[in-house]
Amino acid sequence: MAGRTGNSKVNDFVVRFANVNGTGSASANFLFTKSIFRMGIPVTPKNIFPSNIQGLPTWYEVRVSEKGYLGRREGIDLVVAVNPQSMKGDVASVMPGGYFLYDSSKMLHAEYIRSDINYIGIPLMEMCNKEFTDPRQRQLFKNIVYVGALAALLDIELGVFEQLFKEQFAGKEKLVAPNMKALNMGVDYVKANFKCPLDIRLERRDLLKDAILVDGNSACGLGAVYAGATVVAWYPITPSTSVAEAFDNYASEFRIDKETGKKNYAIVQAEDELAAMGMVIGAGWNGARSFTATSGPGVSLMNEFLGLAYFAEIPAVLIDVQRTGPSTGMPTRTQQSDIMEAAYASHGDTKHVLLFPSTPKECFDMTADAFDLAEELQTPIMLMTDLDLGMNDHVSPPFEWDDKRVYKRGKVLNAEELDKIERFGRYLDKDGDGIPYRTLPGTHPTKGAFVTRGTSRDEYAVYTEDGDAYARNMDRLIKKWHTAKDMVPAPQIYQKKNESSSGIIFFGTSTYAAEEAMDILKEKKVSVDALRLKSFPFNKTVEAFINSHDRIFVVEQNRDAQLRSLMMIELGTDANKLIPVLNYNGMPITADNIIKQVLGVLSPAPQLKKVS
Amino acid sequence: MSYIRPKFRHPGLPKNELGYTIDHYEGSLSTLCAGCGHDSISAGIVQACYELNIEPHKVAKLSGIGCSSKTPAYFLVNSHGFNSVHGRMPSVATGANLANRDLMYFGVSGDGDSASIGMGQFVHVIRRNLKMVYIVMNNGCYGLTKGQDSATADEGSKNKAGSVNHFGAIDLSSLAIELGATFVAQSFSGDKTQLVPLIKAAMKHNGFAFINVISPCVTFNNNVGSTKSYDYVREHVEATSTVDFVPEMKTITTSYEEGTVKGVKMHDGSVIQLHKLAPEWDPQDRLSAINAVQHAKAKGEILTGLLYINEESKNLHDLMGSTNIPLNTLPESVLCPGSEKLKDVNAGLR
Ligand SMILES: Cc1ncc(C[n+]2csc(CCOP(=O)(O)OP(=O)(O)O)c2C)c(N)n1
Ligand code: SF4
Ligand SMILES: [Mg+2]
Repeated sequence: MAGRTGNSKVNDFVVRFANVNGTGSASANFLFTKSIFRMGIPVTPKNIFPSNIQGLPTWYEVRVSEKGYLGRREGIDLVVAVNPQSMKGDVASVMPGGYFLYDSSKMLHAEYIRSDINYIGIPLMEMCNKEFTDPRQRQLFKNIVYVGALAALLDIELGVFEQLFKEQFAGKEKLVAPNMKALNMGVDYVKANFKCPLDIRLERRDLLKDAILVDGNSACGLGAVYAGATVVAWYPITPSTSVAEAFDNYASEFRIDKETGKKNYAIVQAEDELAAMGMVIGAGWNGARSFTATSGPGVSLMNEFLGLAYFAEIPAVLIDVQRTGPSTGMPTRTQQSDIMEAAYASHGDTKHVLLFPSTPKECFDMTADAFDLAEELQTPIMLMTDLDLGMNDHVSPPFEWDDKRVYKRGKVLNAEELDKIERFGRYLDKDGDGIPYRTLPGTHPTKGAFVTRGTSRDEYAVYTEDGDAYARNMDRLIKKWHTAKDMVPAPQIYQKKNESSSGIIFFGTSTYAAEEAMDILKEKKVSVDALRLKSFPFNKTVEAFINSHDRIFVVEQNRDAQLRSLMMIELGTDANKLIPVLNYNGMPITADNIIKQVLGVLSPAPQLKKVS
Repeated sequence: MSYIRPKFRHPGLPKNELGYTIDHYEGSLSTLCAGCGHDSISAGIVQACYELNIEPHKVAKLSGIGCSSKTPAYFLVNSHGFNSVHGRMPSVATGANLANRDLMYFGVSGDGDSASIGMGQFVHVIRRNLKMVYIVMNNGCYGLTKGQDSATADEGSKNKAGSVNHFGAIDLSSLAIELGATFVAQSFSGDKTQLVPLIKAAMKHNGFAFINVISPCVTFNNNVGSTKSYDYVREHVEATSTVDFVPEMKTITTSYEEGTVKGVKMHDGSVIQLHKLAPEWDPQDRLSAINAVQHAKAKGEILTGLLYINEESKNLHDLMGSTNIPLNTLPESVLCPGSEKLKDVNAGLR
């Protein structure tokens, strides 16, 4: 076969698997990713799956990057095409000079032949039919055979696979041998028929150190266990479901009372998101740490309750794993498009604290922080993650927990403290920070009881329609909002001092692509200062960064530049100064895309060669 | 305002076993219309808690939105209350109960709150058998929004504005039994002698205890032609109340007089039949309870009293296997697995 033109690409390429969902390809594809991870090479997989259970096309894209770029990259070097349905598009998706691996049990149709790419035909089905009798096994091992083929083509160490199989089948060791056999069938076939390895290939490195490979939703669930969440209420919705599942899994491991076998937590699958949020609020009101996880449609339904929690000042944690909206949108595609909805959820004057994690480690940390903030501020805290972060595996720094850390439970009065008070006033601003003291039901026989309500009340929680009392309360809530600015995580600033009159702000999963774009822009001698936002409200650092640049690129994955709007609203920043850099097709944003949009402004003629 | 509470109580007011007089169980002054049935139910709750020697601060009272849902402010001033949002009290109560299983939970709702906007939550809180007393103050209309028909308004009933309801009524008690509720009772706000023992029984129930209380809206649904009007009823209902509560579940079932039917003549001459449980009726048998309710309904009667009870019911905590210790009191040492365990988690992800 023809050799690939151009430079050989060691540890720098993209492989895309085209599968049919429900055929067991997911575990084979993960095996491929994990083997690269085990070879110490930065790798980032993206599942591109349909909102469907069986039979529709699904893709799994794996980017390998020696430089540690973990964002998505356009341009596919090698396609593993085992889905006849999507064959046409899959052939077209290969970059010139790239490779097309297919099942040659059937002849490839002439329309799929391109002269500028290389074909690697392996009779996957034929080989499996000959070797295995059970139909399900034939299907599953077909996946392993192509992984074996890739091992030879890309130079993945076979010992790594053997170890992975041993771990996967611990307790069912007899499954290791047939899997290795299927793997070797693939290895042997390509070695006999093609020149191995290809010019795209892997070399063992030690770039990952103590990193872990995990999805953000698992990290959120684990973070909630560590943060002491005891009441979880949720309603199934992609892509957030696995947050609740992860909590349940970790809690059933770490939160079972040894003597009684009973659960030191409660998890309820609610009848809908309204109920889920109601349960969280009821539990928070009663002094338990509680959370729900949902996505945009769920947040829409939770609006009324979020307003109640804001106004009645009840701690609550909401993990919003964003997906492509509006409405049902593209339920299995990613987006950062709930920013506006979350920031001002509910009717009336409301503002909510948002946190923006960008790695699984931050999902863990910020989930834990969210519980502290919720109780300290007595308000809902929303963790804004997304499908890409939540459902895809990411190379991440390991989770850490400081055993000296103490949960910050906020201003809650106990019986002794109540005894010392003449008259308890739930909504009095005793400390001048806008944060009042609260009491929990059952604390004291005669002191501290009050009626929590979403209607206006005075400082002593007594119902009132006095406009002045209402306004005083609303003003105190704004004072609390200002207090929050110094409590939420500060942004990450990438330079010691400003080096450019242009700045770029990004957050969440745009970070991967944005950091890569920054490097490339630097190579092109285009200087832009960078800030990664971690929270809303914007604190002073964010404001200072914006004010000290003439122009700010705001990178986000939605159509309406929602974060940019927040800056205009909350900081009064001139709209002309804030240049939106957007991506909203449901696929994670790429560095190329950011560079193109930035250079479109910073230099009149785009200097970039098109990659794809 | 329905009544002005005297500032000074007679010093000789009787004390219960905790040493509290009844005023210790009252709330702030009601702002409901004079004569509103809801106030009588609040008074019933006060009485029941006083008689049962309840520590008020060990009670949490929750509600949705409506005139009925305002009442938690009007009873048990030493209990925490939560006047939440329209139709969503069940979920808030669920979360609260999950957080602390040691408190007693009173949920108060209206027919609009439970049978329309909150129907979903009402149905599901029953399914989960949350341990709480759930009282619907049922007036067949939306009091707080000025008298529109609610989903419990009977077909053919006329409201104050003179329009006739053409839709079938949702019968919350039948529905609750059908859904597997483990305690279902029906009463009438004017019949305190029946209501108080029912509330007491409900408080002792290990699961969801539902009491559907017909509670006339004197301002918007007390007119000629309304099947929920009852100026006239008040005078007659007392004679029908014979429910006793002895804090042992089993004796409740035997405390009824033989099936008395009370015909109550309404303002306009229409009649509401208040029907006591028949002797052959077994309140522990769901099928016979459903049967009896349906039969009474077919005859245009309203059955009051305890309709159904499953005293062996398991509540949500039992079903989920949660710890006996209130979750909101678990210390950090129990909740947080610590850094060593995290090392294992990390190792498993490499
Ligand atoms: C979401 C929402 N929709 C509408 C209302 C307006 N509203 C307030 S009370 C009420 C009806 C209350 O009826 P019911 O529960 O029967 O109580 P009642 O006043 O009759 O005791 C309505 C519709 C509201 N508060 N919230
Ligand atoms: S409007 Fe009706 S329900 Fe509301 S307080 Fe008045 S009488 Fe009671
Ligand atoms: Mg009503």
